[in-house]
Amino acid sequence: MNEPTVRIQKIRKDTVKTRLIVFGALALLLLVCSIFSEHLTPYDPYLQDLTNVKAPPSAEHLFGTDRYGRDMLSRVIVGSRTSIYSTLLLVGIVTALGTMIGVFCGWHGKWIDTVLMRISDMFLAFPGLVFAMAVAGVLGGGLQNAIIALVAISWPKYARIARSQTLAQKETSYLKAARLSGSGTWKIIFKHILPNIIGPILVTSMLDIGTMMMELAGLSFLGLGAKPPTAEWGSMMSDTRSLLSTVPWVTLAPGFAIFVSVMIFNLLGDTIRDYADPKSRGR
Amino acid sequence: MEPILKVENLTRVFTRKGQPDFTAVDHIGFELYPGECLGLIGESGSGKTTVVNMITRLLDATEGSIVLDGEDITQMSGKELRRAYRKMQMVFQTPTDSFDPRCTLGDGIGESLRNLGMSRAETKQEVARLLTECGLTPEFADRYPHQVSGGQCQRASIARALAVKPKLLICDEATSSLDVTIQKEIIALLNELRWQRGAKLSILFICHDIALVQQFCNRVLVLYKGRIVEQGVPDEIIRNPKDAYTKRLIESVL
Repeated sequence: MNEPTVRIQKIRKDTVKTRLIVFGALALLLLVCSIFSEHLTPYDPYLQDLTNVKAPPSAEHLFGTDRYGRDMLSRVIVGSRTSIYSTLLLVGIVTALGTMIGVFCGWHGKWIDTVLMRISDMFLAFPGLVFAMAVAGVLGGGLQNAIIALVAISWPKYARIARSQTLAQKETSYLKAARLSGSGTWKIIFKHILPNIIGPILVTSMLDIGTMMMELAGLSFLGLGAKPPTAEWGSMMSDTRSLLSTVPWVTLAPGFAIFVSVMIFNLLGDTIRDYADPKSRGR
Repeated sequence: MEPILKVENLTRVFTRKGQPDFTAVDHIGFELYPGECLGLIGESGSGKTTVVNMITRLLDATEGSIVLDGEDITQMSGKELRRAYRKMQMVFQTPTDSFDPRCTLGDGIGESLRNLGMSRAETKQEVARLLTECGLTPEFADRYPHQVSGGQCQRASIARALAVKPKLLICDEATSSLDVTIQKEIIALLNELRWQRGAKLSILFICHDIALVQQFCNRVLVLYKGRIVEQGVPDEIIRNPKDAYTKRLIESVL
């Protein structure tokens, strides 16, 4: 390889690494904030102060107060815990479930593969959020049911990636060698298949964090997710949407929080994808 | 003498919707005796790899039977099959692809030993011994596949195959993707193993290079379009080919 190409590669690698550190740190900060959210709030997020309702942003209340006089900044901070943790839980469940189904289909093949993949086709053919609304509607509101609904519509994507990767792995000589070495199905799956396919799946799930957060907030906004008075960004926006023209800060504060965290997780996902791309790794 | 491997009427038909059935392997049968080295040659698409995949049970046969060391393995699965794999091992064509990129060579070579219940320390010792036997140093156990050359990888691959002391070693084009000098070294290594083990090791040698088969094998089968068109001692076949395809094959080399 000639000199300039090497340099470009090195520069590219360095920027990717810097981005990874920056966005990783931001995401970590967000997580730490949400863990300790209760200790970071300037006021009690559930304390109503009817003498000071709908107060505009001021030095005392940075994001103003809502119609019950609750401090918006405190509510947004506390809401981060529900929003971020339920999103991570959701992404974790979807990734694990989808990967399990996909690997199983790819490895086993035959009729089970056909049946499960046709089911996943059916799920993919439905407009996702509409289906999630239907599921959440049938199960009733609540954060738990919203998560179940979103898991039900999101697993096929992961199952497909895991399946195609598993099929590719199955054709490799080392997997044949592993079978000839007398390793059982579980050992082969956990020792050889999963470590080799987990990269692209993790990248997909990182990229999905932002989308999932929006969808969860969307369901909450529609009243199918977290129930008041629980502070959750989506339901906070929903509660206050009638006040948008008169007291905009009560809607904009949680909206801004969603915007910032979705962006951080999206950028982190992009960066991890770039980083995982072997072409950007100098070797 | 009991054959170590006896294949009868082995057939594989690939069926696809909307396409006529394709018979990749068509009622072939052969026997491999202890200590023998049997060559299987044919052009690409002649069904060599399909035969091997069926013998190792990585692919189900449509018809026919495979008897390994007196045991019919045609319908075996699960535990039984894993026990049968102790008698039969394989060296693959592409060296770089034959070890898991996420595991060290030592992990790969020792996997079968660990599956037999050998302790970690014993396995490590045995892996070192196997590597030395195959012309590498014990340090190779800690390397990853991308850190070694094709020839070294193929040596490690042979070490892995020998770990369980198999009676049958299948070499599926084991030398095809190596350059000529390395090819010679690997053949020398295989020859050495043959002399050391005598009747305890039989080799099924799949190859498309008739010259290599001539110097390495006791007996040769010529496979063409899924059928065995000719079999016998390599020298005789080369001197006096009977089948039209064999004639063409030999002419193309000369």
